[in-house]
Amino acid sequence: MGSDYAIEADGLRRTYRGRTGWLRPRRTEVEAVRGVSFSVRRGELFGLLGPNGAGKTTTIKMLNTLLLPTSGSARVCGHDVVEQTREVRRRIGYVFGGDRGLYDRLSGLDNLRYFAELYGVAPREQKRRIAELLELVGLAGRERERVEGYSRGMRQRLHIARGLLHSPEVLFLDEPSIGVDPVAARELRRTVGDLAAAGTTVLLTTHYMAEADELCDRIAVIADGQIQALGTPAELRHHADGRRVVEVEAYGVPDAAVSALRGLPGVRETAIEERGALQLLTVQSDAHVDVQGDILRELAGIRLGRVNSREPTLEDAYVAIVNAA
Amino acid sequence: MLALGTLAHVKQMSRSPFEVTIALVVPIVQATLAVYLFRAGHEQHRLLQAAVGAGLMGVWSSVLFGSGGAIQNQRWQGTLEMIMLAPRRPVLVILPITVATGLTGTYALLATLAWGRILYGIRLDFVHPFAFVVAAVVCIVALGMFGLLLASTFVLMRNANALTNALEYPIWLVSGMLVPITVLPAWTGPLAAMLPTTWGARALREATSGGPVWPSVAVCLGISVLCLIFGSLSLTYVERRARAAATLALA
Repeated sequence: MGSDYAIEADGLRRTYRGRTGWLRPRRTEVEAVRGVSFSVRRGELFGLLGPNGAGKTTTIKMLNTLLLPTSGSARVCGHDVVEQTREVRRRIGYVFGGDRGLYDRLSGLDNLRYFAELYGVAPREQKRRIAELLELVGLAGRERERVEGYSRGMRQRLHIARGLLHSPEVLFLDEPSIGVDPVAARELRRTVGDLAAAGTTVLLTTHYMAEADELCDRIAVIADGQIQALGTPAELRHHADGRRVVEVEAYGVPDAAVSALRGLPGVRETAIEERGALQLLTVQSDAHVDVQGDILRELAGIRLGRVNSREPTLEDAYVAIVNAA
Repeated sequence: MLALGTLAHVKQMSRSPFEVTIALVVPIVQATLAVYLFRAGHEQHRLLQAAVGAGLMGVWSSVLFGSGGAIQNQRWQGTLEMIMLAPRRPVLVILPITVATGLTGTYALLATLAWGRILYGIRLDFVHPFAFVVAAVVCIVALGMFGLLLASTFVLMRNANALTNALEYPIWLVSGMLVPITVLPAWTGPLAAMLPTTWGARALREATSGGPVWPSVAVCLGISVLCLIFGSLSLTYVERRARAAATLALA
């Protein structure tokens, strides 16, 4: 005990075994996490960033004792997640995004009462703690309504209240702002930031760059089951260092143009994002190469909107890291 | 803990319009079944016995689908992981669920008797009324414990509901809830003797129409305690297996 680290992951691996086919069953094996190691200090707000299917949820579930690692080990608050499961569970909270995870036909208050009892909150403390948390997440006054009538944002807030009932030392947040509107997401981020400031260690998985950039002390980018990069947001941005990014809004970018641009010397990444009627073409290039002329030449005859040349952001760095994987 | 948990699960289970409809309709069906099967014998006590047996079938259905269904429901709702994360022995987490199913099953028992009285005029005069109440309580507890043992299989299997369908009728028959086990083949005897449902049904039958109630009650309780112990151990083992095989969640 008395470890400086709230979370220590060492060579975590997880393979899912399944069977497909009925007449001639074949065994399938998916290695979702292929050797993940990192440590999180007490009170740190640590982000696990990655595309869908990267292994974020699997990693977080191995750390919060819901899954047993196929190999490797992990310690939370100094306790091994496999050997000292109950000790770990006493000290952690788990919050995940989405609609499921609550008893719909019970009220918010009933849900909290039940989980408070289940997670071992002292009976004397329960009422006070529940009231405190309802106030914190902004659900005071709505707690007697059934959860089935809650909006997604309200459910998320109830999830968080539930995760904090037993005052955990470590909070695991798995994509908490998924499907939540921007205003509610901002509130959520503020709550999470406050929690970390108050000393709770937070491990957050997300694929919203802005969220990770704003909140996290350090970020690990995970792709394809492995950590591709780990550092503070500023450090990670350096992965896109020495680059310039040109963004062009265009109405109808032909594929030939994109291929041609990708083939240019000095161009590192190209990406197209659909935005309603127009597309946003992003070209990352080495800083000393001026691709703007080439881009405008390839897009000659196409109606253009804004053309913007800027420094790379964390998102650009992330794209660079993930594409290199 | 047990009280609060049970209450929470009873609330959650009883508020579904689907469940409520089933709970209203099935006892009528059971009561009718009992009456038409036993009207051949014109003793009132036989009819009451039949109604009680049918009621017990209703309780068993509630426990079976409840315990198995409850685990599966928790999985679908996404709450199975959340309750298994509690820093407690798994049995303390699951027991309120299975007891809750036994409680909602009580309704089935009472409703069958009530419908029997209302629709078919079956007189509810038990030979040992007080013993009947005690036996009924013990029965429900026993079924809850038995449900606990079943629940452990359901935690491990992702599609546990397939198993529940297969278990409904055999247990009815083998326990002698409706048909006395004496008419069943001899090999079912030892199997029946091991089930708490058999002894519970027997206790209720004796309370209804005469016979030594308390020994049956005692055996029923005894087997229930065994179910509790095995269920507890089984759940701990199964919970670990579920975490290795990743079956706590749907995905």
